[in-house]
Amino acid sequence: MNSVAAVESPASVRQALQARISSMQSTRLDDDAFPVLPKMRGVLARGLRRGTVYSLTGSTSLALALVAAASQQGEWCGVLDVPDLGLEAAAGWGIDLDRLVWVSDPGERWMSTVGAMADVLGLVIVRPPTRVSASESSRLSARLRQARSTMLVLGDWPQSESEITVVSSSWTGLGDGHGHLADRRLDVEVRQGQRAGAPRRSQLRIPAGTIR
Amino acid sequence: MSASSSRVIVVWVPDWPIVAARQNLQATDLDLTDELPMALIDRGTVFACSSLARAAGVRRGLAVREAQLRCPELLVAPYDAQADSRAFEHFVTLIEELVPGVRILRPGLCAIRARGPARFYGGEQQAAATIRQALSESLASARVGIADSPFGAEQAALRTQESAPVRIIDPGTTRGFLAPLPISTLDDAALVPVLRRLGLHTLGDFAGLDRTAVGVRFAEAGLRAHARASATDRLSGAEHAPEADLGADVAFEPALDRVDQIAFGVRAAAESMIEQLAHAGLVCTALLITVTSESGDRSERSWSHPHHFSAADVVDRVRWQLQGSGGAAAGPSAPVERIEISPSRVDASTNHEAGLWGTSLDERVHHALARLSSLLGHGAVSTPSLGGGRFLAERRVLVPWGDESPQTQRDLPWPGSIPPPAPATVFSAPRRAEVRGALGEPVDVDARGTTNTAPVWMAFDQAPPLTISAWAGPWPVQQRWWDSDKRRSAARFQMIDSTGMAWLLILEDHTWAAEARYD
Repeated sequence: MNSVAAVESPASVRQALQARISSMQSTRLDDDAFPVLPKMRGVLARGLRRGTVYSLTGSTSLALALVAAASQQGEWCGVLDVPDLGLEAAAGWGIDLDRLVWVSDPGERWMSTVGAMADVLGLVIVRPPTRVSASESSRLSARLRQARSTMLVLGDWPQSESEITVVSSSWTGLGDGHGHLADRRLDVEVRQGQRAGAPRRSQLRIPAGTIR
Repeated sequence: MSASSSRVIVVWVPDWPIVAARQNLQATDLDLTDELPMALIDRGTVFACSSLARAAGVRRGLAVREAQLRCPELLVAPYDAQADSRAFEHFVTLIEELVPGVRILRPGLCAIRARGPARFYGGEQQAAATIRQALSESLASARVGIADSPFGAEQAALRTQESAPVRIIDPGTTRGFLAPLPISTLDDAALVPVLRRLGLHTLGDFAGLDRTAVGVRFAEAGLRAHARASATDRLSGAEHAPEADLGADVAFEPALDRVDQIAFGVRAAAESMIEQLAHAGLVCTALLITVTSESGDRSERSWSHPHHFSAADVVDRVRWQLQGSGGAAAGPSAPVERIEISPSRVDASTNHEAGLWGTSLDERVHHALARLSSLLGHGAVSTPSLGGGRFLAERRVLVPWGDESPQTQRDLPWPGSIPPPAPATVFSAPRRAEVRGALGEPVDVDARGTTNTAPVWMAFDQAPPLTISAWAGPWPVQQRWWDSDKRRSAARFQMIDSTGMAWLLILEDHTWAAEARYD
């Protein structure tokens, strides 16, 4: 190695190493994500990154849709303190209920519970507690990174890597006293990372019958 | 098979249910004398009665009231089939000390092959006498019948007298002994009336028929009955095997009141129990834990496992039972004196072998969630499943972690179900709502299922009202219309508010509530 370095200039060596690092990083990045349904790739092209926190506002369906593909591939998923989650909708998206863990009412132990769940479950959908201190949330982030599991927060979270917000939602099928809810269109804004800049907007169509 | 090799001894205890019930009642220190006539009641009618009661006119199948009318001093107790079989177990072990291979035909009646005991005790008469003598110490009058077939021996035992408690039908004459007995002896409610209509009034008549012809006309049941009538039936079924005691029993002296101390104390016993089971080639899939506290309280609970119990799982279940639903901080209300663990369901371990590559990940999940259950209290961690029901909230079934999932009735047609998509939020407690028409009048549905006016705005709790941009309904939901207490009758509406949010509203008793939200 030394002999090679001696022949080539330091700049070219640096460049070669840089290229190698970036190539390794990029492959790891793809491994480092949970897959999402083909329909959801418009929202998150690379899938859900492992070990991060996503904060979702405005739609529970979106959380279920994001989790579905990973669950279908045999990943264990968890639901913490979302007592009103519609199971039929979850099953409709294709989430495997046999590998879904439902934890209710953690009370004071919210933080330790979510940590314990993140240790073994790949994806956890949570409703955040009323108050989260910055230190607690960064401790949890570290734990998530270590366990390589992803948390989807239904609401605001102080240190989320990505924020997904439903800007508007519209339905077809329902008229003035007739019909029934059928297809849905969601306008979704995704803010990736903590860097400033305009969020990416995308449109998501959810047909009534064939969700999967 | 020669006649001597198929000889059968049948031991019968007259009025066994009564004997068993008496033993049970005496165990609870009830002052009881044998002189009191007694009857056991099963579903409102007399199931069994003592000889005194029979003398007073009480019969099997009589209504309780009628029995009490005929015999006013009658002692009435409910029939407990479980206790009945349990008590007979003791009786069988007494016989087993003398002769092996006892088969229980039903509580109060058991059969043994006669050849061995007859040879050992020097004759059938002597064998019967030995058995009776052994039983006479703990039980009153056991009767013995010996014949060429189990059915014949049973009939012989049933036809003994108190003065002559043993009846031996000589080899080769069993068919002749059975021949004059009425056809109803077969005790087959489906077959007996038909045979009687065919003019067969005794077992001899029936046994005289050609076996093949009986098989053609009456199939399996007929062939079985024919074999019994012609004394060619053989002993079948498994022999009674003495049950090894596989449970664990831990007593604490002095009594303990801290959960972790108790859990620690139980650990060794749990480990040896699981090891013993493994040694017998078994795994435990359900167990019963009984906790007895110093104050004499007993708490009993059965636990089942999605796979099978390991020693740590057993300790966890003890812990959960002591904690109740209170979580890690909770403990038993009084110091615990004793913990009994008995496996209530076991399975061959070959059915539970791990795969070649193991099930490591799932096991990790199981361990972590079991720990979480201990932390938060049993029931906080659960696996959800879809159940049946007309209302959305009742279709959600949560099975506590570590319990078995119940059979769901999800696939039944549930009329009134709403077309897909399913709402992502289903309120466990419906949210009160207010829905008004254009003039501010409440929207309601009349008996014919039509709305009085089109809904224009709605409001939840104290929130500001939202304009309704589209709606549909009412869709009627009727539940248990036959049950006046539990019946529910409601009308469903789908509505979209001005923000684009879709709701499933329900109108019941002129009150509006949100059942679900399509968010």
